[in-house]
Amino acid sequence: MANALGLDIKPVTEYLPEEVERVKSWINSDDYKEKNFARQALVINPAHACQPLGAQLVAHGFEGTLPFVHGSQGCASYYRSTLNRHFREPAPAVSDAMTEDGAVFGGQANLHEGLENAHALYKPKMMAVFTSCMPEVIGDDLTAFIKNARLKGHIPEDLPVPYANTPSFNGTHIHGYDSMLLAILQTLTEGKKVEGRCTGKLNLIPGCDFNTGDYREYQRILTAFGIPHTILADISETFDAPCDGSYHVYAGGTKLEDAADSINGRATVTLGPYATPKSFGWIKDNYAGKHVALPMPLGITKTDALLMTLSELFGKEVPAALKAERGRAVDAMTDAQQYMHDRKFAVYGDPDYLMGYVSFLLEMGARPYHVLCSRGTKKVEKELQALLDASPYGKGCTIYMNKDLWHLRSLLMTDPVDAVIGDTHGKFAARDARVPLFRFGFPVFDRVNLHRYPLVGYQGVINMVTAICNKFIDIKDETCEDRFFEMMR
Amino acid sequence: MSEKIRKVDGITKESTQAMIDEALAAYPEKGRKKRAPHLAPNDQSSGKSCVKSNKKTVPGVMSARGCAYAGAKGVVWGPIRDMVHVSHGPVGCGWYSWGTRRNLMSGINGVTQFGMMFTSDFQEKDIVYGGDKKLKTLLEEAKGLFPLAKGISVLSECPVGLIGDDINSVAKQSAKELDLPIIPCNCEGFRGVSQSLGHHISNDTIRDYIIETREFSEPETPYDIALIGDYNIGGDVWSAKALLEEIGLNVKSVWTGDGEMEKIAATHKVKLNLIHCYRSMNYMCKVMEEKYGIPWLEFNFFGPTKIRESLRAIGARFDVTIQEKVEQVIAKYDPIMQAIIDEYRPRLDGKKVMLLVGGLRPRHTIGAYEDLGMECIGSGYEFAHTDDYDRTAPEMPEATVVYDDPSEYELEQFVDRLKPDLIGSGIKEKYVFQKMGIPFRQMHSWDYSGPYHGYQGFSVFARDVDMAVNSPTWKLVQSPY
Repeated sequence: MANALGLDIKPVTEYLPEEVERVKSWINSDDYKEKNFARQALVINPAHACQPLGAQLVAHGFEGTLPFVHGSQGCASYYRSTLNRHFREPAPAVSDAMTEDGAVFGGQANLHEGLENAHALYKPKMMAVFTSCMPEVIGDDLTAFIKNARLKGHIPEDLPVPYANTPSFNGTHIHGYDSMLLAILQTLTEGKKVEGRCTGKLNLIPGCDFNTGDYREYQRILTAFGIPHTILADISETFDAPCDGSYHVYAGGTKLEDAADSINGRATVTLGPYATPKSFGWIKDNYAGKHVALPMPLGITKTDALLMTLSELFGKEVPAALKAERGRAVDAMTDAQQYMHDRKFAVYGDPDYLMGYVSFLLEMGARPYHVLCSRGTKKVEKELQALLDASPYGKGCTIYMNKDLWHLRSLLMTDPVDAVIGDTHGKFAARDARVPLFRFGFPVFDRVNLHRYPLVGYQGVINMVTAICNKFIDIKDETCEDRFFEMMR
Repeated sequence: MSEKIRKVDGITKESTQAMIDEALAAYPEKGRKKRAPHLAPNDQSSGKSCVKSNKKTVPGVMSARGCAYAGAKGVVWGPIRDMVHVSHGPVGCGWYSWGTRRNLMSGINGVTQFGMMFTSDFQEKDIVYGGDKKLKTLLEEAKGLFPLAKGISVLSECPVGLIGDDINSVAKQSAKELDLPIIPCNCEGFRGVSQSLGHHISNDTIRDYIIETREFSEPETPYDIALIGDYNIGGDVWSAKALLEEIGLNVKSVWTGDGEMEKIAATHKVKLNLIHCYRSMNYMCKVMEEKYGIPWLEFNFFGPTKIRESLRAIGARFDVTIQEKVEQVIAKYDPIMQAIIDEYRPRLDGKKVMLLVGGLRPRHTIGAYEDLGMECIGSGYEFAHTDDYDRTAPEMPEATVVYDDPSEYELEQFVDRLKPDLIGSGIKEKYVFQKMGIPFRQMHSWDYSGPYHGYQGFSVFARDVDMAVNSPTWKLVQSPY
């Protein structure tokens, strides 16, 4: 029997219970894992987003800056709602809403109208333009378009409008972060370099970090040192704004004049070597002072490295308060090490985070057993391997480059671990494997306030140890037989 | 629909128009001209739209709209639980829309239910050389890894249409080779002006590839119906379906919340299509009416007043058996609903709400607020058409502001002037207004609560609205010093 379209008409079928059972256990098997890892084209549950998301994040880190998406309207809504959900904060950004005719005529008309409207309504001090797929595929020339916008009077002559090409079919959100940061710094510092002038300040680049607590932690550390600083870019106020009865489109961000003067800084430190290589490379060639790339300071060793570098760069002793803090963090670790020792973890995330997770776990005597990177280079893999090789707890641990969370699921089911460190997207795999998931990464859509708890620095160590160990103890309390349910743990 | 002209104290056509003019004053002239026809005071008695709609988004104004892909993936195709839905193109679109709509699903994830994220994760080389080959390979891989999937939808993202890939021929060939329905959906985000075209394109693909390819194996009955345009947000379908079954109807398929591909494919055999979200699925109701003679009826399951009206209207399409059951059900739930109203109305009476949602709730939920004693003083849609606004006019009080695809700036201005006690809108608006100290509920996702449909839903809705409006936290917003 066939329908009007020539398609066969078949009966509605129900799943046979035995077939469901068969597939249900098959997807947990080694056989399935092999098939799953043989995938060439299909990506399932990826742990990375696209470039413009990172571009929008960094734009929010500058004072009075309106992120401006050159592309389809829907793109902007996706980036905005993702940031809204993670931070539970507003994420104002506009789009020039390109449609089909853009494919024919290009996006200049939309861009010009959009810049003019956005400037009139939202009165930004800077508009940071970045692209989604459509203008990238049709080859829009942003340089010419923005020049023309000024010539035609759509935007004031002196309004900074940095722009970045952030194609979604290349790299991930961290690459968009880098490109937009570079464009912003190039725009703001243009003509600002003064030979012989030194602001005496540190430029700190946190990298593509979605934890506002981390930014506040950096500020606290630098204040303790008495080091004047400019954070490039500071999202801590933007995405952790007070609820006081008023709404500010631009709730925070690094002052534009400070960013402009950053080129005359005493030193620049990036803590996101994998998230900001382009920006940092350009800074090395153009900024005054010293330039240092350090790993994101997760764990004691990496935090030590940051503090020692700061001490050296600014000729100041590590403050006693921070030294005491280190002692407290180590105290927290030694007190709690028995709850994490030799426990196996699966970890996934952006390269800078991953280095930190691995390093921290090894410090605790825990095992970063499956290390999965959604998008990363040979260099990332090499550095991860070096971390594992340097510790007895890294023995037998494996790195999986350019794999997704459906691969992770196979790993968890066939070669189990005690816990997963990642973000909300790992919750399905973790639930299937019946292990806890620690949401240290981005995004966190299903827990409150985690972005306010720093993971970097010594305080971050305490936060991670507390979250992990207490969860293990909770599990024991919730699952143990009555006779083993006891007062102390 | 009430004939009575409802008025709100202090709101007149003039005051509303003045508020609109003031908001528009900030725009450059071209932008102002474009936006002006989309904002107007309601003319309740006209039954006609007072605004222009379904036009291009004005660039740069901060619209809340999504795109055609969002309408296809998030709304129509995504909720079908037993299919693999491939976001074809770069990684972002699928990632952003992964699990963010709350269309709940039964089944076993990865076995009989595929509420996960599938993408071809386009790279530069796919843009240069085309993605058809990759698509063909990934379809094979999906079939191999998910043998119980009943079909695969291929949802195009922007680049696919721009580089001239032919997903339709790949789908056709692979469907034959894999012996599996594979539905190509050309829903690139740059098409049309909003999610709405994505709904339409998806409806067309259901018409072209799905409908009439299956038949129910059990015998037909006069009470066979389909539930159309309910996406099971927070479990809405489960509440609505249970209620329809309670009045004696057989819900043979659901479009598409917790949906099953084969049952959707056999929907041409039902006797009546009941449609909740008119905007996103009226197209297929009309197709099924023309092609198979299946009548369709709009209904509203928000709040006891509208539920009662809707149940009776549904009953009127059937024989006395159903009508009697309808009355029994109403009689059963009326006192339960009254108890809920008695509990919450004293705390909500006279409170004012403003809405900005998608294509149905800005009018459908008004009755539920009114059941709780509240008044709707402003409403609008992201992606509605004239026929939606026609249907909205009688539901809104006279002269209240109607806004189509408002910018965040306009909405802020209106809220600042009207000082509502509650705003019902989306995640992008939520924290803007909460910073201002204004209670807010997400009305796309039910703010991680639900269901809100049916009698079961009203108790949750009433609790949530009360919780939002009367939370003691709002009293702490202003510091005492």
